Amino acid sequence: MRLDAAYVGRSFPRTPAYVVGREKIREFADAIGAHDAIYRDPDAARSLGYPDVIAPPTFPIVLTAATLQQLVDDPGLGLDFARVVHGDQRFEYVRPVFAGDELTCVCTVAEITERAGSGFLTTRTDVMAGDDLVVTATAKLVVRAEDVA
Amino acid sequence: MTAPTRAELAAQTFTITRSDLVRYAGASGDFNPIHWSDRVAVRVGLPGVIAHGMLTMALASRAVTAWVGGDPGAITDFSVRFARPIVVPDDDAGTELVVTGAVRAVDDDGRAQIDVTAMCAGDKVLAQAKAWVRANALA
Repeated sequence: MRLDAAYVGRSFPRTPAYVVGREKIREFADAIGAHDAIYRDPDAARSLGYPDVIAPPTFPIVLTAATLQQLVDDPGLGLDFARVVHGDQRFEYVRPVFAGDELTCVCTVAEITERAGSGFLTTRTDVMAGDDLVVTATAKLVVRAEDVA
Repeated sequence: MTAPTRAELAAQTFTITRSDLVRYAGASGDFNPIHWSDRVAVRVGLPGVIAHGMLTMALASRAVTAWVGGDPGAITDFSVRFARPIVVPDDDAGTELVVTGAVRAVDDDGRAQIDVTAMCAGDKVLAQAKAWVRANALA
């Protein structure tokens, strides 16, 4: 199964709103061993000018799970998830994610290439609060050649 | 224009155990069995259970956050390439990730570029890792 290069430039439907909760942020911070007050104590976050606790920098990856599912579920794209390896990841921040944010994602296929039998799929996901961009997450996924274990 | 500079930032060391992988799987929603089952990991050609790449990136982000004085909102751009997997043994000691950084440049908009290096067991596990931060947060 090969990636269909005709998908380059295509955007998937906006995902349903994800409501960011304080406890989810705390759970994520615990899981990466980050004990900073800014992830747990609203007053600590407010003292730095934020409206509520903020999420760690890589937290938006939790939201992009929904867009990854869109890619996997699209039979035309040809993404065989069993052979996918995460190649690159980038976050460009307009601002941190706050507790209380209602965020939606729009995923666009930015690039599809092929080299030595492996496919390379780059997606750009805009994470939005209403009409405002919060962070752009860019991921490059490597789809390993079928004859490689 | 960017002003050339080369300030080394304090190394940050993180321990990764199997328990950490289970906790990260739950918190992130990434339940790929290569991060918790040796049987599955070996079957797909890995030496054993490996850490989530995004856990490695998260730990590197903790280092960057420490360098900017504890406010991750000072980070405007953060990117990595997952160069080598981190094999995590099934014991209590786990493995160690060492994250170092160097300020490479400061641009006219007051942003500093930090080159980030992440090493585990002699391997460079992240490549081309860099963070752009508000330079005044580096103080």
